[in-house]
Amino acid sequence: MSKKDWWIFLVTAFLIGVFPLVVQPFRSVSHYVDVMVFAGIFALVCIGLSMLMGYAGQISIAQAAFFGIGAYSSGILTVHFHMNPWAAMPVGAALAGFVAWLLGIPALRLKGHYLAMATLGFGVIVNIIMNEEVKWTGGPSGLVGIPGLSIGGREIFHELAWYYLVWGFVFMGLLFCFHVLHSRVGRALRAIHEEEAAAEAMGVPTARYKVQVFVLSAIFASIAGSLYTHYMAFINPSSFNLEWSIQFLLMVMVGGMQSLWGAVLGAVLMTFMRNEWLHVFADQEIIVYGALLLIVALFVPKGLVSLLPRLLPSRIFKSSGTREDES
Amino acid sequence: MLATDLLQYTVSGLTLGVIFALVAIGFNIIYNVTEIINFAQGEFVVVGGLLAVFFVGLGFPIPMAFGASVLVTAALGFGMERFVIRRARNASILSLIIITIAMSMIFKGSAMSLWGKDPYVLPPFSEGGPIMVAGAAIQPQALWVLAVSALVVIALSIFFHRSVYGKAMLACADNANAARMVGIPVRQMVLLSFVLSASVGAAAGVIITPISLMQYDRGAMLGLKGFAAAALGGLGNFYGALAAGAILGLAESFTAGYISSGYKDAVSLVLLLFALFFKPEGLFGSSEAAKLKKF
Repeated sequence: MSKKDWWIFLVTAFLIGVFPLVVQPFRSVSHYVDVMVFAGIFALVCIGLSMLMGYAGQISIAQAAFFGIGAYSSGILTVHFHMNPWAAMPVGAALAGFVAWLLGIPALRLKGHYLAMATLGFGVIVNIIMNEEVKWTGGPSGLVGIPGLSIGGREIFHELAWYYLVWGFVFMGLLFCFHVLHSRVGRALRAIHEEEAAAEAMGVPTARYKVQVFVLSAIFASIAGSLYTHYMAFINPSSFNLEWSIQFLLMVMVGGMQSLWGAVLGAVLMTFMRNEWLHVFADQEIIVYGALLLIVALFVPKGLVSLLPRLLPSRIFKSSGTREDES
Repeated sequence: MLATDLLQYTVSGLTLGVIFALVAIGFNIIYNVTEIINFAQGEFVVVGGLLAVFFVGLGFPIPMAFGASVLVTAALGFGMERFVIRRARNASILSLIIITIAMSMIFKGSAMSLWGKDPYVLPPFSEGGPIMVAGAAIQPQALWVLAVSALVVIALSIFFHRSVYGKAMLACADNANAARMVGIPVRQMVLLSFVLSASVGAAAGVIITPISLMQYDRGAMLGLKGFAAAALGGLGNFYGALAAGAILGLAESFTAGYISSGYKDAVSLVLLLFALFFKPEGLFGSSEAAKLKKF
């Protein structure tokens, strides 16, 4: 991690740490802690997706499916097999990773539009399975009676505990990804993003790295899905459909896909929009999302983090927040 | 009994198949000129169908409602190219994918605020009950679907092979730079491709609405299956799209009939994945040509 990233990491961790203490005393905003639990869960998905899109340059419109594989693995294993939630979580992650590996080997040979369609098709198939395998998943009406998480024999009830747990996962995920990005793999990924043929010619095993990042993104999404399941205690297929895959794409785009901080920022911002601010639009919500996505793609293709250095001309942000100076 | 079912499923499969083929042709028209896959293609079908319902509600006779719906949808295609795609001329493929997805959300959201979440039906194009053939009941509308689709395909082939504009569009598809050098206004051809593609999509929407109803959120699935047909037939290949559409329609109809109606939607998608993974140039495309394209 570069010095700049360490600074941002510490500042962000501090802000996240004190956030509940600031909002909780105020009645009208105290439920923001709950919103932030969701934001953290989605941020975890987005960090993985940002590794795939921003760094390896591959698109996936299937993240909601991996999110769902984690969620349903945790749900089914704990409800039908009475497994310990903490044991079910890695099983789900392994399953999601395995599926991503199977899908990734042929799919990542495809580029651009074909890859987008392949992942889109895969995501829809997974959603159909969730709807149809009623015996296991509960079908469209969902899976109920999912147990909560407990630590040291005590169940986590309080949303504050959930908040710190989820954001703990987010920061661990960030540390892991920064570590990966500053290793040999990270440099190889950036080479793939710049010019795949050139990277291949330099001896970078592009196919292997692309599949590995895809698997990584699926595992992140799956762990987030497991957390989501236990927090909600109820899941149904509509939380894992195409619309959600596009939501994750939107979060990463809005925040800025070429920075992991962008993924976090996008997830937080979009979760607040979805849960809090866009309700005024009611049925027109989807138009607002579409317009937002359009505006970002057309005018701010690098996302909001690319605007931050201009807004906050501090010492930390003096160097422009592009990918180049992260290494 | 067995033969009757078989005939019944074949007819409904073919009806479905030509709709997929029309959506696929819509993809192909834009892809050929721009190498863009328009993720909003399915929305053109939905908007076409719903607009026809609106015009019939105003008291238009069916042929006029058909024409009006195609015209309005074509105007939407025009607007989409002129005001959005043209701005994104230099965007990366990733941005273009996002942009067309964003357009599909805007179309879908607009359809929902205009028509609500209920499915709408259109009266069949001609009166009269089902035609009985060997015990199978064939809806007259199914024949209309086949006939109108055939007309659309014939009109498009005449356009592409006989008219100056059509030939110019094919030239852009072959090599946009070379086309520009011989004086073909490539930008106008791109605009035309969106207009044509939207019209074909709208036509598909109007003819299928009497059979399978139309609802604001049907676009994504129609688009995916249409893309499956386009990919299976070889992206850019019109006759391949027709054959692949028929294959997918039959596969879906037989799955619904004999296996499980819940999984009927998955069949086309599984076939799409197989096609993409094992034969990305499509059943009828040449692998040589496929290597030159940007996927």
